[in-house]
Amino acid sequence: MKKMIYLDNAATTRTAPEVVEAMLPYFSEFYGNASTVYEFGGMSKEAISKAREIIADAIGAKENEIYFTGGGSESDNWALKATAEAYKSKGRHIITSKIEHHAILHTCEWLEQNGFEVTYLDVDEFGVVKLEELKKAIRPDTILITIMFANNEIGTIEPVAEIGKIAREHGILFHTDAVQAFGQVPIQVDELNIDMLSASAHKLNGPKGIGFLYIRKGIKIRSFLHGGAQERKRRAGTENVPGIVGFGKAVELALNSMEERAKRECELRDYLMERVLKEIPFTRVNGDRTNRLPNNVNFCFQFVEGESLLIMLDMKGICGSSGSACTSGSLDPSHVLLAIGLPHEIAHGSLRLTLGSDTTKEDMDTVVEAIKEIVTQLREMSPLYEDYMKKNN
Amino acid sequence: MKKKKVVVGMSGGVDSSVAAWLLKEQGYEVIGVTMQIWQEQEETQQQEEGGCCGLSAVEDARRVAAMLDIPYYVMNFKAEFKRHVMDYFVAEYLRGHTPNPCIACNRYVKWESLLKRSLDIGADYIATGHYAQITELENGRFAIQKSVTSAKDQTYALYNLTQDQLAHTLMPVGAYTKDEIRSMAQKIGLRTANKPDSQEICFIPDNDYAGFIEREAGDQTPSVGNFVTKEGKVLGQHKGITHYTIGQRKGLGIAMGTPVFVTEIRPETNEVVLGSNEDVFGISLYADHLNFMSISDLIGEMEVTAKIRYSHKGAPCMIHKAGEDRVFCEFQEPVRAITPGQAIVFYQGDIVVGGGTILKESCQ
Repeated sequence: MKKMIYLDNAATTRTAPEVVEAMLPYFSEFYGNASTVYEFGGMSKEAISKAREIIADAIGAKENEIYFTGGGSESDNWALKATAEAYKSKGRHIITSKIEHHAILHTCEWLEQNGFEVTYLDVDEFGVVKLEELKKAIRPDTILITIMFANNEIGTIEPVAEIGKIAREHGILFHTDAVQAFGQVPIQVDELNIDMLSASAHKLNGPKGIGFLYIRKGIKIRSFLHGGAQERKRRAGTENVPGIVGFGKAVELALNSMEERAKRECELRDYLMERVLKEIPFTRVNGDRTNRLPNNVNFCFQFVEGESLLIMLDMKGICGSSGSACTSGSLDPSHVLLAIGLPHEIAHGSLRLTLGSDTTKEDMDTVVEAIKEIVTQLREMSPLYEDYMKKNN
Repeated sequence: MKKKKVVVGMSGGVDSSVAAWLLKEQGYEVIGVTMQIWQEQEETQQQEEGGCCGLSAVEDARRVAAMLDIPYYVMNFKAEFKRHVMDYFVAEYLRGHTPNPCIACNRYVKWESLLKRSLDIGADYIATGHYAQITELENGRFAIQKSVTSAKDQTYALYNLTQDQLAHTLMPVGAYTKDEIRSMAQKIGLRTANKPDSQEICFIPDNDYAGFIEREAGDQTPSVGNFVTKEGKVLGQHKGITHYTIGQRKGLGIAMGTPVFVTEIRPETNEVVLGSNEDVFGISLYADHLNFMSISDLIGEMEVTAKIRYSHKGAPCMIHKAGEDRVFCEFQEPVRAITPGQAIVFYQGDIVVGGGTILKESCQ
């Protein structure tokens, strides 16, 4: 295979070799079921406890507030559906934003079909939730506010502390989908008044298929899966021990490297943004220049079809993405870009590049040259570009 | 020499899969693409049918591409398909026509849009698994030619392609019979899944056209009206003109003692005209929205064989130029159910001369 430059770390990441190494013994060596009496099973239980401790510490939570799940989407589904059910006698109103991940948006739509009301907050041109609107949207029957920690497409970090404060003042539960942010930026649930938080291992060099939901002690939400007594009876099913161990290891690595990694990625990210903006005309950066995840860049190239750009980058061995890919792998205009006010035709031409710990400056240079070449070529064949140039020359 | 690059439109079915394989064998650099063209089905429908046809096509095509070891992508053409095919389909029914969405899809989506995007990404050609061939004639023009197998002829829906589109298109399957294609598929180990035959209209899987139009058109949906004789005598009530097509006998919900057929649809008065079997026959028609292939334009008149719908065998016919974008077609014998909105396609032997859209005036 030709040399690949992988710049889609927001989609998923490479499982770190240390993580794989930590997981391996839990496949064929320590394969015991954690719910058994004998010592062999206890080794699995101990491994789970250790991972839970690492993760709880990472967000300033208690161990018994961390519930392992099958991933971020499951955590989001659980948080929303179970809260709605448990608190429906108090009210049936939920507040979220227009730029959430589909795991939140589609769950909200499902809740709407089942007797709940959902307010979808607008965001500003950088994708930041408007706090004044949030305050206005709160009603006596509001039971839950769910706003993502950072956006998966444009990397914008939401004012979570302020949202948490508002929620607490009104006695409303606050859930945040932190799938993109966890492991990238520091998160402390108590400081931020977060009541529930979703995260996933494979976004931070951990394995796929494992995530967690933090549920603050005292919150009464129902079990997600009924069955055995695993996860304090709230999420039944034999634990994915290797996954949990890998998640723990990945969190440990991410926390240890966070500061230095963020600094490095911010530098590379800013270098990439500056070069592209300077060297390719009719280009914009979506989202805020600084208030964004360290590894996220999102561009729009006017007169360019995002899909063609991605295919041609792929032909050069560069993996990027455009908006969020739907199940088939083909692209619809991004709901996030539409929400920040981009017109349909421009929202179609976006490119998201998300850096990883192994991304280098040389990679950035290669990518800039590739984008330049492809965008030029695509514009030469674009009737819209031709018209525009004729009118403006 | 650098290999020529070709984008093959892949559905996951046998024909387009073999097309990709053939082109690879012929030395092209092949890229597989599945066009995503219609909106995902309603959730309830997906649950009932245990999946979405659109997605299973993508999955199948992706696996075939992996087996052939060619790059594969899904391209999104939903917006183009909505505009040029679905909206057109509804608009035509609302004006009392019976459209052929496949022809519009071929011209504007499969060719115009796919070709544009394929050229964008550096391809020289697009290719499909159609049972048809493309020939360069002595006069330098490109024309669609019937496949070597008469058992399967897909040329009717291709009459509207432009010269430029044809010059950038390959149809490798047209050189073989259906049996030959099937045995090639077997030889290369294609998992020829038992796919049901393609729907007549892919975006209306339940075949309820009227229901689809009602959902799309909303309050513009034509209301109930009268069945009348051609002299204007009221015979009963119809469900709305979008429920009918010329020549229709079933589902009229009217008992006349003798068999009756739809002979005309009058959107302006919201009437559906009924008549006897003989009334369904016509000897001539007008067509516009013309596209010529083997000739650059019709000068004077020409003797051709014409097909007035996909399933029509074809009938001898004389075509006369009747205006800038208009021909008058005169059949030797009366033909059944000349239907406004459908295409008439002209052939000389195996070669597509051209075609156009049948006009409403034809029935008056």
